[in-house]
Amino acid sequence: MNGAQQQARLTAASIEAVSCHICNLLVSDSYRRRHGNICPRCGTALHRRKPDSMSRTWALLIAAAILYVPANVYPILTVVSFGQPTTSTIIGGVIELAAGGQWVIAAVVFIASVFVPIFKILALLFLALSVQLKWQARPRARTLLYRFTEFIGRWSMIDIFMISILIALVKLQALATVTAGPGAIAFAAVVIITMFAAMTFDPRLIWDTEGMGDDGG
Amino acid sequence: MRIDRHFTYTESHMACPECDLLHLVSDIREGEQGHCIRCGALLFVRHRNSLDRALAFSLTGLSFFILANLFPLLTFEMEGQTESNRLIDGAIAFWQAGYWELGIAVFIFSVFAPLAVLLVLVTLLLPLRLGRAPLFVKLQIRLLVFLKPWAMSEIFILGIIVAFVKLQDFADVGIGLSLFAFILMVIATVMAYLTLDTRALWARLEELAV
Repeated sequence: MNGAQQQARLTAASIEAVSCHICNLLVSDSYRRRHGNICPRCGTALHRRKPDSMSRTWALLIAAAILYVPANVYPILTVVSFGQPTTSTIIGGVIELAAGGQWVIAAVVFIASVFVPIFKILALLFLALSVQLKWQARPRARTLLYRFTEFIGRWSMIDIFMISILIALVKLQALATVTAGPGAIAFAAVVIITMFAAMTFDPRLIWDTEGMGDDGG
Repeated sequence: MRIDRHFTYTESHMACPECDLLHLVSDIREGEQGHCIRCGALLFVRHRNSLDRALAFSLTGLSFFILANLFPLLTFEMEGQTESNRLIDGAIAFWQAGYWELGIAVFIFSVFAPLAVLLVLVTLLLPLRLGRAPLFVKLQIRLLVFLKPWAMSEIFILGIIVAFVKLQDFADVGIGLSLFAFILMVIATVMAYLTLDTRALWARLEELAV
């Protein structure tokens, strides 16, 4: 590991300091008490951990889980071609692509629109639960799971962008038009809310139980 | 690890943003990365001429962003009638269809945030190159971190590909000039973020004594 020091279990919290969320400057608690709770380098408000991390993450997760239902039940778009309307849901869109022989694209859309949102909600539920119940097992693996979850979340927007392009492009009244469906709003809301849920979760909470009960730190 | 318990704030040590473990910030060679020894998170990078390269990439990105907005992304032809769409048309179409929430979201993710990222980078790095302190350094750096997840140009490209494949079934779809500019803009933006070394940025700002 380059540039990293090999020993000790000192954390910012254990030496009574905090790390700025934006610029990562290490600021001591005594400085914060004397000069105000603002990062001297970038001006961001300082917090030891993300504020209200757990309650915010839980609230956003519950909201996302509820919206997941209309996102999948209601249609996301309707294609009218020569007067024939075809309505499709998220999963319907994947099935159409697969039925048309577009396996690669069908797989991409399946992963982005079906797999990622479910995976993300379950992974964050698991992480929030593990912190709430103060599990100590495999903190590194759980941090990796968090990092992966945070990284993949945005990719679910593919379907929303696809719809925006179709409705802007296909508007030849009599021949073909594409319109969006209400499912698209719920789906975009699920993606955005789970992104916020991942942002409000503080992975350092996973490590805070570490070393409790021994003299490290 | 030894650290003075009476420090105010320090750049010689840093805490891992994902697990809070303290690390001594040591000098690493160009092109190397520093990772957390406990959880593996990326802590810092070092690139040769980091700030100049990031500036070059963001100026490139900004030029391509302008081109990407001038011409159509895709063209669509059916029974002799043609339609084409520009980057902003997706957001407008949602808005006009009554889905204003989606219109705003698509506008932010595909137009506003990608442009804002490039503008913040240029207004931050160009004055530094000219030996002057940028006007709103603190705000600009906060914006850069804050905007990052919401600039979704690379995801928009996949959206274009899926739309293209779906339309192929019942019409002739063509690729517009702006699609190439858009893809190059995404590459330039990603490179700008990758080459930007924030420690070099703070060091340069300190030299200029902001």
